Amino acid sequence: MAPDIGFLSLFFASIFTSNILLSNFLGMCSFISVSKDFNSSNGLGLAVTFVMTITTAINWLVYHYLLVPFGLDYLRYIVFIIVIAAIVQISEMVIERMSTNLYMSLGIFLPLITVNCAIMGVALFMQIRNYNFLQSVVFGLGSGLGWWLAIILLASIRKKVDNSPVPGPLKGPGITLITIGFMAMAFMGFSGMLAVQ
Amino acid sequence: MNPVLVASLIIGGLSGVLSALIVLVDSLVNNYGEVNIDINNGKKQLKVNGGAPLLITLSEQGIFIPSACGGRGSCGACKVKVLSDIGPILPTEAPLLDTEEIKQNIRLSCQVKVKSDISIEIPEELFIAKKFEGVVESIKNLTYDIKEVKIKLIEPPEVEFKAGQYMQLVIPPYEKINEYTQRAYSISSSPSQKSYVEFLIRLVPGGIATTYVHNYLKENDKIELVGPFGEFYMRDTDADMICVAGGSGLAPIKSIVTDMYERNITHRNVWLFFGARSLKDLYYVDFFKDMEKKWDRFHFIPALSEPQPEDNWEGEVGLITDVLDKYFKAKMDQNTSKEGYLCGSPGMINACIKVMTTNGIPEDKIYYDKFA
Repeated sequence: MAPDIGFLSLFFASIFTSNILLSNFLGMCSFISVSKDFNSSNGLGLAVTFVMTITTAINWLVYHYLLVPFGLDYLRYIVFIIVIAAIVQISEMVIERMSTNLYMSLGIFLPLITVNCAIMGVALFMQIRNYNFLQSVVFGLGSGLGWWLAIILLASIRKKVDNSPVPGPLKGPGITLITIGFMAMAFMGFSGMLAVQ
Repeated sequence: MNPVLVASLIIGGLSGVLSALIVLVDSLVNNYGEVNIDINNGKKQLKVNGGAPLLITLSEQGIFIPSACGGRGSCGACKVKVLSDIGPILPTEAPLLDTEEIKQNIRLSCQVKVKSDISIEIPEELFIAKKFEGVVESIKNLTYDIKEVKIKLIEPPEVEFKAGQYMQLVIPPYEKINEYTQRAYSISSSPSQKSYVEFLIRLVPGGIATTYVHNYLKENDKIELVGPFGEFYMRDTDADMICVAGGSGLAPIKSIVTDMYERNITHRNVWLFFGARSLKDLYYVDFFKDMEKKWDRFHFIPALSEPQPEDNWEGEVGLITDVLDKYFKAKMDQNTSKEGYLCGSPGMINACIKVMTTNGIPEDKIYYDKFA
């Protein structure tokens, strides 16, 4: 049975209090590697949000109308990945046609969304938490926006950090991981307001 | 119903639907309609369907840009100058282009897609490059690791090339190699023999193409070739030619020398230095000794860097660069103008360029084909 949680609360929670990146630490690799540049981060955030929302909706339909009726829910991992891979391919083609600049700035990272565990994580959370269709779509959209928010925040901070006197051994990935830690702690401050499980 | 069957049907059906969706979107989104390709300022105009990489689009139209890696963006051979604006350099192109090339708007034709009308510049010689089908007439062992492969051309039945140029062999999938691969090899036969081409192929351990040629290719097998390509050929001057070859680098030099002899260009002095480790690495010695007897201005100097006691070697000993330097100073006429023709490993070529420039050959008169 679907949990009794309002759309607005779910939307707010998935962006802030249960941010997929900063509270579940999913999708970290592209988060760290792309956040060097603000424009690429912005583009990737948009792409992740788009793919996350669409795939969560499709995966919900596939799970409830195909896997559950035939008793095949144990196949959800492989099925979810197939759906995500296909949607990413389609998105890649569409983005290349619609916005060459965005396509260029995403470069190699766009196909990598296929293996972005945040996308898979959202699909699995949606199923484990028994969200209904609309809740799943709101959760997917909110989680995407949360991921987008986190990456543009990190990209902005990194821009500032690049011009700051960072001790030598901490330069690069070291200070980035410490920054992410602080960001996660800052986001923990929201968790008392609302929690979704 | 059997659960395994149901699971297979569900996964198969879902994958099928998604694949169909991808194909549908691809046909809608990647449909750029008919676009024009202008080559060399109106020399050739092509009307093609947009959407595919430039390299593939051109090869479909019978224009073959050399590409040793088969269009995977790793060899950097398929460079063309693009005169129209097709957007910034792609991340996949950047590592293979230097600053000067980027300034001149040189692009990798395997990476850029033809989406709108485009204007490009390519070397004139690429207009005559074609795809050939041939049959292997003979394979001979020249040394323990170099084979002479002679291919009779079937379709088209004849090829026009300049002595010293190369062609690309199309290697079909075999064993764990599951894609077609192309690799470039210098033609060792003379341009007068239009109906066949001959290559000297050294086995590179782990090499996709050389392993195929050495271990799988048999006489009477069919094979595809693309070409001819290359800027390594005899310049039409009266200067003395100083040729240096290492290993299978003898191939283009053999073609050039035979071509010159056949066309009676024997008034030029030609010095051919052939560097090898020991006697077992030497080949075609009789061929060039014979040429030396027939052509009094042709000089063949094989040199061994590590002759073995059983070789009973009485010829030149030492690194080819030292032998070359010695001949420059002691045997060659200091007052004649000279050109350098080099083919071999990059290390050998770089070392020989140094010797040649210190002995008075200007760098722009030194022509070479480097291969790793």
